[in-house]
Amino acid sequence: MELAQPPTAPLSDGGAATTDRVLQLAGVTVDLGGRRILDDVSFSLRAGELTGLIGSNGAGKTTLLRVILGLLAPTRGAVTVAGPDPRHSVGYVPQKFMLDPDLPVRARDLVALGIDGHHLGVARPSRERRERVTRMLDAVGAGRFADTRVGRLSGGEQQRVLIAHALISHPRLLLLDEPLANLDLRSAREAVDLLARIAREQRIAVMISAHEMNALLPVMDRVVYLAEGRAACGPADEVVRADVLSRLYGHRVEVIRAGERVLVVAGEGDDAEPSHPHHHDSEER
Amino acid sequence: MQALLHAIVEPGFFADGAVQIAATLGGVVAVVAGLIGVFTVIRSQAFAGHALSDIGSAGGSSAYLAGVAPLWGFVGISVLAAAAMEQIGVQRARGRDVATGIVLGVGFALASLFLYLGMTYHNSSGEIPTILFGSVFTLSAANLPLVIGLGAVALLTTLTLYRPLLLASVSPELAAARGVHVRVVGAAYLFALAITVALCDLTIGAILSTALLVGPAAAALRLTDRPHRAALLAAGISLACTWLGLLLAWDSFYWPPLRHGWPVSFFIVTLVLAAYLAAGALARGQTKRG
Ligand SMILES: Nc1ncnc2c1ncn2[C@@H]1O[C@H](COP(=O)(O)OP(=O)(O)OP(=O)(O)O)[C@@H](O)[C@H]1O
Ligand SMILES: [Mg+2]
Repeated sequence: MELAQPPTAPLSDGGAATTDRVLQLAGVTVDLGGRRILDDVSFSLRAGELTGLIGSNGAGKTTLLRVILGLLAPTRGAVTVAGPDPRHSVGYVPQKFMLDPDLPVRARDLVALGIDGHHLGVARPSRERRERVTRMLDAVGAGRFADTRVGRLSGGEQQRVLIAHALISHPRLLLLDEPLANLDLRSAREAVDLLARIAREQRIAVMISAHEMNALLPVMDRVVYLAEGRAACGPADEVVRADVLSRLYGHRVEVIRAGERVLVVAGEGDDAEPSHPHHHDSEER
Repeated sequence: MQALLHAIVEPGFFADGAVQIAATLGGVVAVVAGLIGVFTVIRSQAFAGHALSDIGSAGGSSAYLAGVAPLWGFVGISVLAAAAMEQIGVQRARGRDVATGIVLGVGFALASLFLYLGMTYHNSSGEIPTILFGSVFTLSAANLPLVIGLGAVALLTTLTLYRPLLLASVSPELAAARGVHVRVVGAAYLFALAITVALCDLTIGAILSTALLVGPAAAALRLTDRPHRAALLAAGISLACTWLGLLLAWDSFYWPPLRHGWPVSFFIVTLVLAAYLAAGALARGQTKRG
């Protein structure tokens, strides 16, 4: 299986990290329903890297992705997507998609809508267009069900089709919200490998949200770890550490390593080194 | 041979002026309804379409009161009601039924008022069944330019929005992420839907018009998994049902015991139902073989 799409931008291999910067968030703060969901979040993503967006349920992962997509305006702060046409250089695979089984849209139709679904009028069918869609479906391992209605595919199969839909327009940034949540261990592994290869081969910045980071550990270049509305980011071994995460959570947590796996658990002695003010909402739950 | 032909097509059918007008008007409306209706079904807006058509009875009766052509009443009320639905929140899956229900209630209240006033002051009850159940044979050729114009507006709107509308129907989230203004697209489609419903109100009546909008589209969607093929197929089914309905209604003037003629809309809607059931049987046959 190889990716047939040529890279979006000319390869500028080596060095020049700043020119490779695809996305930059500076001091992004989001309030929703009177609550602070994200608090002064800053980080940047570079082409060719795979980043894990890690946080427990309700940590603000989906909210952060929606801000990046421009679907939600931050209360404060700035989001900069590099490139001439930011809107169409971001691919997105949403967290919840319930596609209607009776929808008269085949996998290949949905992928074709990834090319020009935002354009007015009817698409002119052509052999070239058809082949481009087929290549894309093959590249994500979805060639087998190209002619099946998307709503009738399994969750994992739909996900591949949605990845193809997102990738076919050559985005510079690919955002996936909890793509592993509905997959069994083997499919999750396959999906992670696929996404890592997409990042490397096409020089795309890939960001994957997850509440559980273990499936991502082997391929993740960087982590953006969300807790209490704040974010810590950097290479996994610099972020996933007891001191960093304790500071983030505002209370003591421990990082337990067991072989390849990592476990973040609440530690004893609840209020050790809270260097940030507490952001626990007292009325919460 | 002649006798057999006469049994199928009673004499005078093709030569009759009223039939020609009815076939033209009904045909145009049928094609528009089939094409637009496919998106109504895909977007699960059949209830909204039904509400718009029922509200048409308020439009038809008020036009009658005001002494203007019923089509203006149908279009006016339908577009107004669509705007109200859009404001209340027809775009959200959960808001949709609420919005539709509220507008439907108001529409019926108005309809009952106008129909009552119409009966009281104009002392005529003949118009009411026509508004509610249509009577395509009584329409004049003067309707034709407006019907074609409105149909073209509805078709052009939907055709222009084809791709974003389809994407937004698959997933509003995906469409929004691509920069589609999902709400604007939805509102524009609702406008096209309102016009289409008004046209159906005119030909087969306010109560029955959803059947023509939704039935052929639903039948077509059972038979094909491509939206554009479904749209063309739906237009074909809708046209066939309408013309066959006209023929049967004409023939029914000769049927014993009354020899008085049955309502056209009854035939059209029954044929649409038959097409829907037949499509289901066909589709099941296909999956068994496939
Ligand atoms: N429109 C909204 N209005 C008010 N609060 C909201 C809104 N959307 C999200 N929130 C709140 O923001 C917080 C973060 O939500 P978000 O969906 O971003 O979490 P998440 O990290 O994606 O969680 P999960 O892992 O469950 O998907 C939640 O507490 C949620 O209740
Ligand atoms: Mg989420």
